[in-house]
Amino acid sequence: MTFTYEIEGGNFSRAGSASSDIKKALKQLDLDYNIIKRVVVSIYEAEVNIVAHARRGTLTADIDADGIVVVLDDEGPGIPDIEAAMTTGFSTASPRVREMGFGAGMGLPNIKKNADSLHIQSTVGVGTRLEIAVNFK
Amino acid sequence: MTVKDLTEALELKVFSGQQGLQNEISGGYTSDLLSDVMGHCKQNDVWVTLQTHRNIMAIASLRELAAIVIVKGFEPEAEAINKSNEENIPILGTSLGAFEISGKIYELLKK
Repeated sequence: MTFTYEIEGGNFSRAGSASSDIKKALKQLDLDYNIIKRVVVSIYEAEVNIVAHARRGTLTADIDADGIVVVLDDEGPGIPDIEAAMTTGFSTASPRVREMGFGAGMGLPNIKKNADSLHIQSTVGVGTRLEIAVNFK
Repeated sequence: MTVKDLTEALELKVFSGQQGLQNEISGGYTSDLLSDVMGHCKQNDVWVTLQTHRNIMAIASLRELAAIVIVKGFEPEAEAINKSNEENIPILGTSLGAFEISGKIYELLKK
């Protein structure tokens, strides 16, 4: 199964809708709750990152019997220092985003902790690509 | 303990999600940072927060929480209420602060 979603930068009222859809699909697969949780935490954080930082992005999720691979491509500012961005507490989020309780510098660390693999490629001024995988077995 | 038991014991206001009052509560988590809750809450927790916007419901639904308690007399935004009714996850309210209500919930759940 392949799912594709468009994510709009700045639109917080839609944040999490792709994650919610994918969760519904995973629920049909009779997976352990802990696996669904790890997928959902990873995708939600990645989705929110696009909403909070980028102009727009796409999310593509491929699900088969062995696991899920999610690729998120955005057009946005890019990440100048990926190592810093992976540090818990490091954030470049705007004050507005922080007031909503986002932007605490926990997003990428949450993904790293919950996914089986996370690859980040980023070009400053162009955009960022995340590839997240969670194995079902 | 169900959400209904909790609302009665602590005189919490039920803003929305009445269909979920029978949800079973197994624990609790108190935080206003959404990624903190996303990463560290547990399924069937009751979540104590001062956030009122619709994204609290995205977290509650994705992580299958039992209910949300909004503190200090704040009220949920309309979009959060709609989503709470759709998902059957109640949003509750208290005039108390997070410290005090969390202590009371903790005492009840410990029994």
